[in-house]
Amino acid sequence: MFPLQVSGLRFAPEGRTVLDGLNLELSGEGISVILGPNGSGKTLLLRLLAGLLPPDAGTMLWGAAAQPDGRLAMVFQQPMLLRMSVFTNVEFALRPQTMSSSERRQRSSEVLERVGLAHRARDCARLLSGGERQRLALARAWAMRPRLLLLDEPTASLDPSATEAVERIIREIRTEGAKVLMTTHNLGQATRLADDIIFLADGRVQEHESAQRFFARPQSPAARAYMQGELPWRIAFDR
Amino acid sequence: MTATLFDALSLLGHFDHRLLDIVGLSLRVSLSALLIGALIGLPLGAWLAVASFPGRPLVNVGLNALMGLPSVVVGVLVYLALSRSGPLGSYGLLFSPAAMIVAQSLLVVPLIAAVTRQIVEDAWKEYAPELSLIGISRRQAVALLLTDCRFSLSVATLAGLGRAMSEVGAVMIVGGNIDGYTRVMTTAIALETSKGDLALSIALGLVLMTIILGLNVAAYVLRCWATRRYG
Repeated sequence: MFPLQVSGLRFAPEGRTVLDGLNLELSGEGISVILGPNGSGKTLLLRLLAGLLPPDAGTMLWGAAAQPDGRLAMVFQQPMLLRMSVFTNVEFALRPQTMSSSERRQRSSEVLERVGLAHRARDCARLLSGGERQRLALARAWAMRPRLLLLDEPTASLDPSATEAVERIIREIRTEGAKVLMTTHNLGQATRLADDIIFLADGRVQEHESAQRFFARPQSPAARAYMQGELPWRIAFDR
Repeated sequence: MTATLFDALSLLGHFDHRLLDIVGLSLRVSLSALLIGALIGLPLGAWLAVASFPGRPLVNVGLNALMGLPSVVVGVLVYLALSRSGPLGSYGLLFSPAAMIVAQSLLVVPLIAAVTRQIVEDAWKEYAPELSLIGISRRQAVALLLTDCRFSLSVATLAGLGRAMSEVGAVMIVGGNIDGYTRVMTTAIALETSKGDLALSIALGLVLMTIILGLNVAAYVLRCWATRRYG
């Protein structure tokens, strides 16, 4: 499944080019964080990698194969929660896998325990707080034992303690051998979690560096401007 | 007018056996039609919501159009099918409660299926990316979405019961409005009004209105409870 090699990826819905000849190589270990201004195509890249959207051009090679041969899971910014119990929201995701119902129940209970939601297993998932919802979504993805976990801004709009809890879970998933590829706008979070940074702007990867080197000295002008909080466009304030 | 209303209330107050028979048969026929309608309409609507095939928009438009199908047309079609020379004539169902159940089912199935399709399709649009990544099959998705949307769908099902209970044309044609056998509330109201027996008509009308109002209250209470309990 790894290394993942993306070459010349192009996506232009209704003629508007969002990704334009994107190249990327990903190893199978660690946490890679995608940074970039709004509209740079971070979420889109995750969806293309997940196979939820077909690219207009380009290739993706998973090791030597055209399709990923390991399990792939994704946690969305607004995760889908069924109007059912917390436990069922994890357990149903294991139904397509070949395992007995007792195995499914056991694994669901285990991951809920690990994300600190075991005490809420019987509660309705839609009544959870924002942080608990994200932990539940992570638990569901974790239960599937993915080889690649895609996370789309998993802590957007969460308070610091909820963010810390989610980050702890992400680290644990990484420690268990899953490759994590995530987007975030939180530079502090990127510093804490990332092994490497992929900086996206103008439809391409402008920079792909180790987190240490990236935060010490971003190479591309776009990344430097982003880090300094500058807008990637000009607004005419004076007339 | 006051005397007629008093007579109607008196019929209700004394649990008039004729009135109770009519109400009982109405409930049996309409609840049977609702059961058949739900068993066919719910999975059919959910399947249409998640399926993709050529001509799907046309099927959806057709299904929506069938929601407004005139009950007399259904009555005539069922009559033709069940009459002695019709394809199902050998079963001898014409002018029986079974024929009325068939006619009401044909009215209820498109209504439940069309509303189910819309409700489930909205949920499917929201859930499809995650469900497809998880590897849920279309068949599993149908079962999952029907369960997830169960409260909205129960309201749709109650609407189906309302359609069945308030229908008059089809049951009049295929049931024949036979006293003590196929006479239901709506056909009895039509007949008794034409005969000038307004007391029984008003009494039956009050029962019908109470049932319809009760269904709406039940739907409202269910929705409020579900929102509080399940979000």
